Amino acid sequence: MEDRTRNSGDLWSGVALAALGAYIVIQARQWEYLGPEGPGPGFFPLWYGVAMLGLSALLIFSNLRRRSDRGNAIEWIRVGRALSTWFALAASVALFKPLGFVVSFALLTYFIVAVMYRRPLKIAALTAVASAAGFYLVFDRALGVPLPAGFLGF
Amino acid sequence: MEIIAGLLNGFAVALEPANLFWCFVGVLLGTVVGILPGLGPPATIAMLLPLTFNMNPAGAIIMLAGIYYGAKYGGSTTSILMNVPGESASVVTCLDGYQMARKGRAGAALGIAAIASFVAGTVGVLGLMLVAPPIAKFALSFSSPEYFALMSLGLALVVLLAGRSIVKALLAALVGLWIASVGTDLFSGTSRFTFGHMELLSGIDFVVVAIGVFALAEVLANMEAREETQLLPVPKGLKNLLPTMQDLKDCRFAFLNGSVIGFLVGALPGGGSTIASFLSYGLEKAVSPRREQFGTGVIEGVAAPEGANNSETGGALVPLLTLGIPGSGTTAILLAALVLWGFKPGPLFIPEHPALFWGLVASMYIGNVMLLILNLPLVPLFAQVLRTPVYALYPLILGVSMVGVYSVSGSMFDLALLMVFGLLGYLMRKLDYPAAPLILGLALGAGMERALRQSLMMSEGSLAILVSRPISAVMLSLAVLVLLIPMFGKLNAWRLRALEQG
Repeated sequence: MEDRTRNSGDLWSGVALAALGAYIVIQARQWEYLGPEGPGPGFFPLWYGVAMLGLSALLIFSNLRRRSDRGNAIEWIRVGRALSTWFALAASVALFKPLGFVVSFALLTYFIVAVMYRRPLKIAALTAVASAAGFYLVFDRALGVPLPAGFLGF
Repeated sequence: MEIIAGLLNGFAVALEPANLFWCFVGVLLGTVVGILPGLGPPATIAMLLPLTFNMNPAGAIIMLAGIYYGAKYGGSTTSILMNVPGESASVVTCLDGYQMARKGRAGAALGIAAIASFVAGTVGVLGLMLVAPPIAKFALSFSSPEYFALMSLGLALVVLLAGRSIVKALLAALVGLWIASVGTDLFSGTSRFTFGHMELLSGIDFVVVAIGVFALAEVLANMEAREETQLLPVPKGLKNLLPTMQDLKDCRFAFLNGSVIGFLVGALPGGGSTIASFLSYGLEKAVSPRREQFGTGVIEGVAAPEGANNSETGGALVPLLTLGIPGSGTTAILLAALVLWGFKPGPLFIPEHPALFWGLVASMYIGNVMLLILNLPLVPLFAQVLRTPVYALYPLILGVSMVGVYSVSGSMFDLALLMVFGLLGYLMRKLDYPAAPLILGLALGAGMERALRQSLMMSEGSLAILVSRPISAVMLSLAVLVLLIPMFGKLNAWRLRALEQG
């Protein structure tokens, strides 16, 4: 169902892109299309917005025609691993303000090593502390690249 | 004479201690990146781009270019030792390289890959040096309509060869154009697609999108699985890595084939090193007296694609530096780097910044020598990089990505956008939307809109200007023809075959 999944993915991505195309066209129509000094800010977006609408409609309709295709099941465990990592990453970014980069990054690394790769907690803790300290020393101290600081001051 | 004088000046720039150092850092990083499966040159260059903002531009471009061509040397190591390509252009090297390693000839395979890379890489730079200045001179006659047509043709070629579905590749390019429109319109001062966010008034930073779509998405895709691959033993000692005289004799045509095909395909937008390596492998097999043995460990089957893969770099830099048109995701990032440092790649780039152009060319000669040295005696050492546990590697890539984005603007908003583009890049991979057209659309979007609007100002609103000038008419016709290729059965079958192989 690789094909069926892809088909359904094509359908939904087509719908999302059609919505984006419609939004672009609606916005572009509010801006000047052609003025006395030449094309306005709405000119180029209107054209690619229309193209996006047309192409996404083509994707949707060609997908609906192939709807009976069969294939393999989507591998949700694999997708789940990737999305879990993404959520952990987004959470660590959200924690930059209160906790700072160093602590948030250590937590992210710990999560990846201990939870995603199921390594012993000692190894996870060691990797987390070493990599967070490495980032702090290399970027903040040695290269002078500022890292988001939290209530601890780093 | 002009070329020799330029090259001598280039060597004076490239041999400055700081630039030599950055060249070494670039090729070293490139080799490591090429060896590591799952971390490609575009992701690495995007990640490191923000760190180059405070560097001398000559040193910075020398380093980034070093990563670009260095990765191509390193890519063969995993293909030969693990049957896992370090990057897509090394896929074809697996066919004969891994078989040679299984037969106990890993040393010869690694050695010929390094030698072919050196020979063809050097020929590619020679081609860049000879071809770029006349093309730049010719392009001086271009005006806005020609630029719009040229960018349309470049985008069309990338769309053609980016993925199986032209519709999806076109949609990806249109999303890139849309992202490029976000912010204040420089002609009228109108704010577009900002969703009421002040932070979007100055547009979306290219670096944020590139790092998200390439680096973050690559890590997320790699996080899906945890397979460990067996590494075949690397022969120790330089003697065991050197091919025999018979091997070198067998590879004479492969060196030439790889050099020429790699350069020509590289100069074509959308071509890329993957297609170059497959074309040269195909040609080598077609003309070889022992073509039936290809795939069982034939040394020319390693030399030809590895050569093409490296010669492609010189070709790819021709349209980038002389016309300002990148032909792939990696060169689009290099274009963004040049623009961010305050340069405008195009016909005036070489006359206005000769030290930068010739310094880069000279550094590539030096870099190729460095790579030959690094990749022959030090291959066993580099192979140890493969023992780096992925659970430690991926957090590092994520960390460098976040630090890179934060260092550009110091903005938490940009970090949030990075998350959005990381997820977008991952979803695009899952749904078979190619990333290269999006990045190219983003890199060319502002220039395309400017060229189109200036053209219409010149013609007082008439689109006929785009087809009434011969050069732009030819290029636009070619762009349309390129996009119509999927409608022709045989041509589309060829396109799909090239993509499947790649």
